[in-house]
Order: sequence, then structure tokens, then C-alpha cells
Amino acid sequence: MNAVPVNYYIILSAILFTIGALGVLIRRNALVIFMSIELMLNAANLALVAFSSANAQLDGQIFVFFIMTVAAAEVAVGLALIVAVFRTKKSIDVDQINVLKG
Amino acid sequence: MFDTTMIMAILPEILMLILGLLVLVFDLIWKKRDGRDLGWLTAGGLLFILIVTAAIARPAESTLVFGGMIRYDMMSYVFKLLFIFGSMMTSFFMMDIEQLGKRGEAYILLLVATIGMSLMASSADLIMLYLAIETTSIPMYVLAGFMRDDEKSTEAGFKYLLFGAMSSTIMLYGFSLIFGFTGTTALTAITDFTLPLAVGIIFLMMVGIAFKISLAPLHFWAPDVYEGAPTPITGYLSTASKAAGFAVLLRLFLGLFPETSPYAPTWTMIMAVLATITMTLGNAVALSQTNIKRMLAYSSIAHAGYALVGVVSLSELGVGSVTFYLIAYVMTNLAAFGVIAAFSRVAGSDEISDYAGMSRRNPTLALVALVAFLSLTGMPPFGGFVAKVFVFAAAVKADMIWLAVIGVLNSIIGVYYYLTVLKVIYLHRMEGENEEAHPIPITRPYAIALTVLSFAILAIGIVFGPWFNIASSVAEGLF
Repeated sequence: MNAVPVNYYIILSAILFTIGALGVLIRRNALVIFMSIELMLNAANLALVAFSSANAQLDGQIFVFFIMTVAAAEVAVGLALIVAVFRTKKSIDVDQINVLKG
Repeated sequence: MFDTTMIMAILPEILMLILGLLVLVFDLIWKKRDGRDLGWLTAGGLLFILIVTAAIARPAESTLVFGGMIRYDMMSYVFKLLFIFGSMMTSFFMMDIEQLGKRGEAYILLLVATIGMSLMASSADLIMLYLAIETTSIPMYVLAGFMRDDEKSTEAGFKYLLFGAMSSTIMLYGFSLIFGFTGTTALTAITDFTLPLAVGIIFLMMVGIAFKISLAPLHFWAPDVYEGAPTPITGYLSTASKAAGFAVLLRLFLGLFPETSPYAPTWTMIMAVLATITMTLGNAVALSQTNIKRMLAYSSIAHAGYALVGVVSLSELGVGSVTFYLIAYVMTNLAAFGVIAAFSRVAGSDEISDYAGMSRRNPTLALVALVAFLSLTGMPPFGGFVAKVFVFAAAVKADMIWLAVIGVLNSIIGVYYYLTVLKVIYLHRMEGENEEAHPIPITRPYAIALTVLSFAILAIGIVFGPWFNIASSVAEGLF
């Protein structure tokens, strides 16, 4: 059986990471920015799993479990804060979130 | 298999977790309370933890415990004490803040963040390090946005979360590459780090750390978050959280790229440039601020730059001086934010112009402000002066005289805006010149915390020998 070379996974994860980073920088909707951050996290997850199988080590896979847990916690807090912001401003467009500046 | 070393290595974390659970339980069962009880419980508990940890958890030698996850050495010991102290002072400041001091959740979040910081300073594995950083960050996001009905606070929390999540993810990608190229997540197992992508990995990891310690060009979140977050939380964010970032910086870079590594000149040069930009930008922008929390945010950016000078010199003296700098800076900045919290509680304003006549409205509070701001300026006999001397001395010793010169020039810029605040406090009068009619009463928790901090600033500045010995013992463990 021919395994997929590890390079392919790494290139895919680099592409995913770049798409995520661009999404964070370009999109203005807070929810879409959050989804982009999740994409970046999953790029790191993919890289860890691929490296883990290439190195024949389980550390990377265990790392991924922890990252998924942390990501869930982060999203819970993030969505709560988005709701709090929406209640005071009636918008989740990051360009409107600009009371603090200077 | 547990032995005493393992328990001792995480003793402060265990005790803080127990304290957090106690706060949680008492929050439920204490129905009739005057509002400060939970604060006193937290502060008293942290004092107990501080004393117990200082007395019995001092490591005799550097060891790895929990399968190489946690390091038990002088560095983790000293930084843990610093975080517990900072957390205790913060809980004093939180007690009398409306919407914050009466809520049990606030104290639990504070304690969990402190546990995270303690683990940040002692983790020896990439998995542990990432988890510790997130354990610190997530409660801090909530605390920054704690005032749900306040537009500024929710915005601060949201911005902190957005930038924090983004930068920690970038650092995580760096971690995944380290694991890929070395095949291990244990930092101690990575000895010869000569990889094709090393410079790229340095940059990825630096993003995460630069965010934590608010280095330029990743400092832009700091003024917004510092202004919007509740003042005691701002104080905690600018001191303990930053010190934890420095602890990780020292561990990661001195561990992965020590003096002998071919990448040492590369990363020290990047850091030296970043330190220069950070100091100059922080000081220059602080000059034009009218809001005192924003001004202190830029000042704390500048202070991260000064402390980084010690890291750059990559020597035992350098690491010792950074640790000393952080100890002095934590005391000083906590005192400064304590004064601001005490003032804005009564006066309801953070504008520098509203501090006019404060020396007549409350002379004692003005005196603490004087001590804190002169220490931030770097005036003898206060802690900030000695700390700056050590950091710049380390730079000169490492043949980086130009960096020390830039640092000194920047401190001179700093004098201007710190003394402007003191001028407004001491020389300006309130409108109508009837300061006696508008006193600023200080409640007991503030009085206790500010007294302790003022004496600590003086003690560090005058009797600096013992403090520097502690800081040097941290450095010895790393080389």
C-alpha cells in the first residue's frame, strides 16, 4: 500500500494556515474571523498528526486532543464575548467595535 | 507513583485550586454577606499559599517531574511567588470595585489565571506550555470583558480574545513544526536545534510571546485592552501576565537556542531590534496620551522593551537582571494601577487632567502615586532605578553598548510623561479650588495593598542585595 507522503500533509496544512490567517486579516465579521482562527488551529492539528505518524510517535496525536479541548473552551468564551458586544453595540462588524482608540 | 518532590513541584497550584473551590462553595452558601467576604477569603488564602510555598517548596536542585512535563527549579519557584503575590494584590484591589468584587466568579477566574501562569513558568514540554498559556489567557479574556453592561469592557475583552487567540495559534504552528523536525515535544530533549526552518520557527514562536509581553509590533492590543478592562484586572494583566510571558521567553529561547547554538546571534539580533522599536515607540506614543490607563499601557510597552535588553545580552547577569527587573516592575506597576483604581472608584474618571488637586484631596494616595511613578521613571532610591541599572549593565557587558544608550535615552523621554502626571497631582488645583469638599476616601483593602507595595518598592530600591541574589539564583539554573 502506498502511503501519502508526509510532505503533502504539511503543504496542505500550510495552505490551510495561510487561508485562516488571511481570513482573520481580511474579513470584518467577528464570527467569520473566529472560524478563520479555528482553521488555523486545525492546520496546526493536521501538521501535528502528520508529523506524529511520520515520526512514529504518539505525542503529536495527544497534543491534538488537548488543542481541540482548548479550542472548544476558547470558542465558548469567544461567542459569549461576541454576544456581550452585540448587546451593547447591535453589531459584530469589527470595524464598528472602535470605542477604544488613540 | 508520587513522592514529595512531585507534590512540592505543584504545591502552589494544588493550593490555589483548593482555594478556588472554596471560593466557589462559599459563593453559594454565604447568603448574608457584606460583599467583601469572598475578596478577603481569596486574599487571605493567597497570603497563606505565598507563605507556605516560600517556606517549604523551595527546590534544592533542578529536577523534572511528571514524566518531564514540569520543571521544578529556582526559576519556577521565584516566578510562582511573584504571580501569587501579584494575584493577592489584585484581589485586594478587586474587592471594592462595583460589579467585580462581589462576584465569586471573578476571584475564581483570577485564581485559575494564576495557576496557568505558575505552570507557564515551570513547564518543560510543548504540550504543557501550550495548555498553561491557554489556561492563563482564557480566564483573562473573561476578566477583561467582565463588566458586561459596559461598552468599553466588553470591547476590551473581545479585542484581547481576538488578538490572543490569533497569536497563540501562530505560536502553536511553530510548536507543531518543532515537533515535526525533532520528533519530540519535550523541551529538554531538544539539544541540537539545527533545522532548515529554524529562523521561521523563531519568528512563529516570537509572535505568541511578543503578544504576551506586548512587544512592538504586536503591542497594539495593549492600550485598548488596558483602557477598557476593569482597572485591577489591567494591573494584573500588565504585571503578572507580562512576567509569565518573560518566563516563557527565557525558558524557550535559552533552552532551544543557547549561546552555543548557531542561531543565537540571529535571535538576539531580532530581539535587540524589537527592544529598540518597543522602547522608542512605547515612550514616544505615551507622551501624547490624555487617559492615564492608556498612558500606563504605553509605558508598560516601553518597560517590556527595557526588560528585553536583559534577555538580549544572553548571559547569567542578563537573565538575573531581567528577573530583578520583573520583580521591581510588578511591585511598581501594581502600585500605580492600585492608585488609579482607588482614584477612579471615587472620582469616576481616568483622564489625567482630572487628577488635578489630588495631593490635597488625599495626600497619602498622592504619596503612593509619587513613589510608584518615580520608580517607573527609574529614580533612586526606588526599585525601578536599580532594576534599570542592572539591565543596562548586562547590555554593556555583552558588548551591546548601543542598546544601553538607546535604553537610557528612552528613560529620559519617560521622565517627561511620568513627571507630568505628578505635576498635575501636586501642582494643579481642582476647578473652584475647593479640594477639601471632594475628598477621596481609601477603603481598607486599598490601604493595606498600597502600603505593602510602597514599602516593597522602597525595599527593592534600597536593600537590593537579597533581591538580586534571588534573581541570580534563577539565572544560575538556566545556564
